[in-house]
Amino acid sequence: MQLLNASGCLDALTAPHVASSFDAFVTKTVTPEPRAGNAPVRIAETDHGMLNAIGLANPGRQAFLDETLPQLARKIDVPIWVSVGGFCVRDYVETCEQLSRNDVACIELNLSCPNVDEAPEAAAEVVAACRRVTAKPLYAKVSPHSWDMGETVRALEAAGADGISMVNTLRGVALDMRLQPALARGAGGYSGPALKPTALAAVLAARRATALPIVGMGGVCTGRDALEFVACGATHVALGTVLFADVDAPTRVRQELVAAATRAGFDAPEDAYGVALEAVARLAN
Amino acid sequence: MSRPRRERLRVTAVEALGPYALVRVARGGVDPGVPGQFFMLEAPGRVLPRPMSLCTAPRGELAFLVDAIGPGTTAIAALERGDRLHVFGPLGNGFRLDVARPLLVGGGIGIAPLPYLAEALEHPPALLGFRSELHAQAAVLLPNAEVVIDPVLVTDALPLDRDVLACGPEPMLEAIRALAPDAQLAWEAPMACGYGACYGCVVEIDGELQRLCVEGPVLCSS
Repeated sequence: MQLLNASGCLDALTAPHVASSFDAFVTKTVTPEPRAGNAPVRIAETDHGMLNAIGLANPGRQAFLDETLPQLARKIDVPIWVSVGGFCVRDYVETCEQLSRNDVACIELNLSCPNVDEAPEAAAEVVAACRRVTAKPLYAKVSPHSWDMGETVRALEAAGADGISMVNTLRGVALDMRLQPALARGAGGYSGPALKPTALAAVLAARRATALPIVGMGGVCTGRDALEFVACGATHVALGTVLFADVDAPTRVRQELVAAATRAGFDAPEDAYGVALEAVARLAN
Repeated sequence: MSRPRRERLRVTAVEALGPYALVRVARGGVDPGVPGQFFMLEAPGRVLPRPMSLCTAPRGELAFLVDAIGPGTTAIAALERGDRLHVFGPLGNGFRLDVARPLLVGGGIGIAPLPYLAEALEHPPALLGFRSELHAQAAVLLPNAEVVIDPVLVTDALPLDRDVLACGPEPMLEAIRALAPDAQLAWEAPMACGYGACYGCVVEIDGELQRLCVEGPVLCSS
C-alpha cells in the first residue's frame, strides 16, 4: 500500500520535505492555460470538514513543463504524479501527450470539473482519448456524485484507465453569521472527516466492479481511517485535508496504520485488504 | 530563518485582557521566530488550526493573544492551564527590523504581534486604537503606548515622519497605506494550513493573487 497526497492539498515546492515523506507526490491540477483561481474568500471551515473553492489555480501547462516540473524533480526524491485537468477532451489529450515525454510516474486525470462531472460517458471519453496518446499509467479521479459508481468505474476501465482515484470533494455550501455564503463563489468542494463514509462507500462499490488499483481518499485523518479504506478495497491511500492541520500526518498515519492493523487482529495492514467486501456483498444479495 | 516545527505544547496560563485571552504555552523545541511571523494553533474539536502571530516570548514560553469570535478561537481561549495543543511555526515573513524611526500601530486584536516587535526594537513609540474601553485593557501589553478609542481612529493621531509597522483590521491598514506608503503592514486572511499548501489565503499582491502565508503576512505597502 502506498501513501500519497490528494491533489491540491500540498505544494511540494514550498514544502518539499512533506512531499518527500509520501511514497509519491501528486501535483495540483494542471490546465492548458494559466489560472489565477477564484477570488477570495476561498476556504471555510465547517463543523466536521471544510469547503474550498480554489478554482484550479495553476501556472498553466507550458510553465508547468518548463519550470515547475524540473524544480519538482530537483526538490523531491519520490515519484511524481501529475494531475491533469481541462474543459474539453482535447485539453486533457494535449497535456498527456506532452507529459509522456517527461519523467512523470503517473498521470491522474481530474475528471471532476463541471464539463465531465457526473457523466461516465464523458469521463470515459476523456480516458479513452488520453489512452491513445500516452503509455504512462493513467488514473481517473472521480467525483463522489455518482448514482452508480460501479457503472462509472467499469466505463473508465473499459476506456483504458490503469487505476481509479476516489473520491474528489462533494459540492457544499456554508453560511456565515449573516446567513450569506462564506465562500465568495458560493459553493465549494467539501472535504475532511465528514467525507469518509461517502468515500468508503464509493471505494466498496468500485472494488466490486473492478480489479484495478484504487487510491482511496476522503477524510483520512488517522491510521485507522487509512486501514478502513484498505478494508474496503483501496490499494493505496491519499491524505488531503488532514495535511492542512498536521504537516507531520504522513509519518504519523503510517505509524498508526500498523498499530491499527494489529488492534484489528491483522499482522500487517495489507492483510486487511478487502475484508469489508464480503459482508457488503452478502448484504447486497 | 528557523525551520517551522509542530509540537504538542502545554498551556501554562490563560490570562484575560479585557475581552481577549492571552494564552501562554511552554515553548518546547518551537522557535519563537521573528516578530510578525505566525503560528498555527490547534483549535480543540475543530478540523482546522487557527493562525496567530506571536504576542510575547517570555523565557521558555510562547504567548498568543486570542479574540474569541468564532468556534475555533473560542475553543483556544477556553483552554486551561495543563491542557495541551499542537503548535506549528514559526511561519511566514515577519517585520523588517532595519528601520530608523519606528512607530508601532495596532488596532484591536491587531495589537497581537506588537509586544514582541516592541521588544525587538527596544520599545519604540506605539499608537493603539480600540473600539471600547474594555478592549483597550489589552493596551497593558504595551505600557507606554498612546491609546485612542473609537470614534477617534489611529489615523487621526498618526505622525507622518515615522517608519510605520502596523497590524489591525483591513480598513485601518488601507487608511495607513494611504498616509504612509512605505509602511510595513501585517495582513490577515482565512487560512487552512499556514505553509503554502491550501492556496486558501490568497490576496492581491502586485496585481496577482498570492498566498499571504508565504509572501506575508507582513507586506510593505508601497
